Amino acid sequence: MVTQKKRRWFQAVAAVAFNAHIPSFLKGGIYQGPSKGLCVPVLNCYSCPSALGACPIGSLQNALGSVRLNLSLARYQFGLYVLGFLGVVGSLTGRLSCGWLCPFGLLQELVHKIPSPKFGVPKFLKYFKYVFLVVLTILLPLLILDAFGGGDPWFCKLVCPAGTLEAGIPLAVLNPSIRGQLGALFAWKMAVLGGFLVWMVFVMRPFCRTTCPLGAILGLFNKVSLFRMTVDEETCTLCGKCQQECPVGISVYETPNSPDCIRCLKCEKVCPFGSIGHEFLCGRPRDAAGQAPNEVRP
Amino acid sequence: MKRRLPLVLLAVALLLAGLGLASGEFRSVLEKARTVCLECIGIG
Repeated sequence: MVTQKKRRWFQAVAAVAFNAHIPSFLKGGIYQGPSKGLCVPVLNCYSCPSALGACPIGSLQNALGSVRLNLSLARYQFGLYVLGFLGVVGSLTGRLSCGWLCPFGLLQELVHKIPSPKFGVPKFLKYFKYVFLVVLTILLPLLILDAFGGGDPWFCKLVCPAGTLEAGIPLAVLNPSIRGQLGALFAWKMAVLGGFLVWMVFVMRPFCRTTCPLGAILGLFNKVSLFRMTVDEETCTLCGKCQQECPVGISVYETPNSPDCIRCLKCEKVCPFGSIGHEFLCGRPRDAAGQAPNEVRP
Repeated sequence: MKRRLPLVLLAVALLLAGLGLASGEFRSVLEKARTVCLECIGIG
C-alpha cells in the first residue's frame, strides 16, 4: 500500500541525500567532489553549497551554451550525456522523480499546507513550462553568446527559484565576497522566488505545473515510460474523486499518464473502487491494495 | 515483449549518454558543477 506519508519520507530523505555535504555549507563554498559530474533526476541547484550532484537543467544549458565554442576548438560535445541521462530517467519512470524525490516539489507541498483559500491553475498556464524549456533552456543558451563564445544558462539566470533558494541565499549569507557582488539580478531573482512562495500557498505545486523545464521534459515520457499509471475501465465509475484529490488536477480516469502527472500515487489511494493502479515494465498492473485489475486503459 | 517503445527509448537514451561520456562530457559537467554558477545565485 503506497501512502502519502511514505512518499513524504522519500522526499525528505532525497532532499537531504542530494545535499548531504554539510562541511561545504559551513565553509561558505560549494562541494567540489567527483560526484558533481553525476546528474540528479530533480531540480537541485549544483551551486547549493552542499549539493552532491549536478542539476540536469543547469548542465543542459551549460552544455548547449558551449556547443559552438567546443566546435570551434574541435571538441565534439553536444550535451548528449545530459540528454541521454534525461532520456534514461524519462523512459524508466517519467515524472516519478518529481513526485517522490524533488526537494523543490517538497517545499511547494509543505508551503501549500498553510491554511488559505486554494485555487487551481488556468489551463493555458500549463503550456508555459514548454516555453521556458524551449526558449530559456534550449534556444537562448545556444543562440546568445558572450564575449568568450559561451552561452548563459538563461533559465537559471532569470527564473529558477530553486537556485535562488538553495544557492543564492545560502552563499549570500555565508560568503562575504559573494554578498558584496549582489545587485539588480539578485533582487529580481528574490522577487521571482517570493512570487512563487506566495503562489505556493494558494496553488499546489505552481512551479511544477507552469514553469519547470525538467518536469516538461520528463512529462513528455509519461505516456511511454516503463512505469505508468493504469485505470480499470470495468470498475471505474467516473466518480471524479481522483481528480478532486489530484495535486495537479488531472482527470486521472481520462488521462492517467498525462504529461502533468507527477506520479505521487495519491489517486490510487483515494479511488473508492481500487480502479487506479500502476505497473512497471510488463508486469501486471497493481492498484493501491496490491491487487491486479482486469482491464488497463493505455 | 508487450511494450517495446519504452525499451527502445531507454536503449537510445543509454546510447546517447554513452556517446556523451565517450566525448568527455562527464568532465565538462563536473567542471561546471564544481564552479559557483554566478547566474544561478543572481550575479551577472
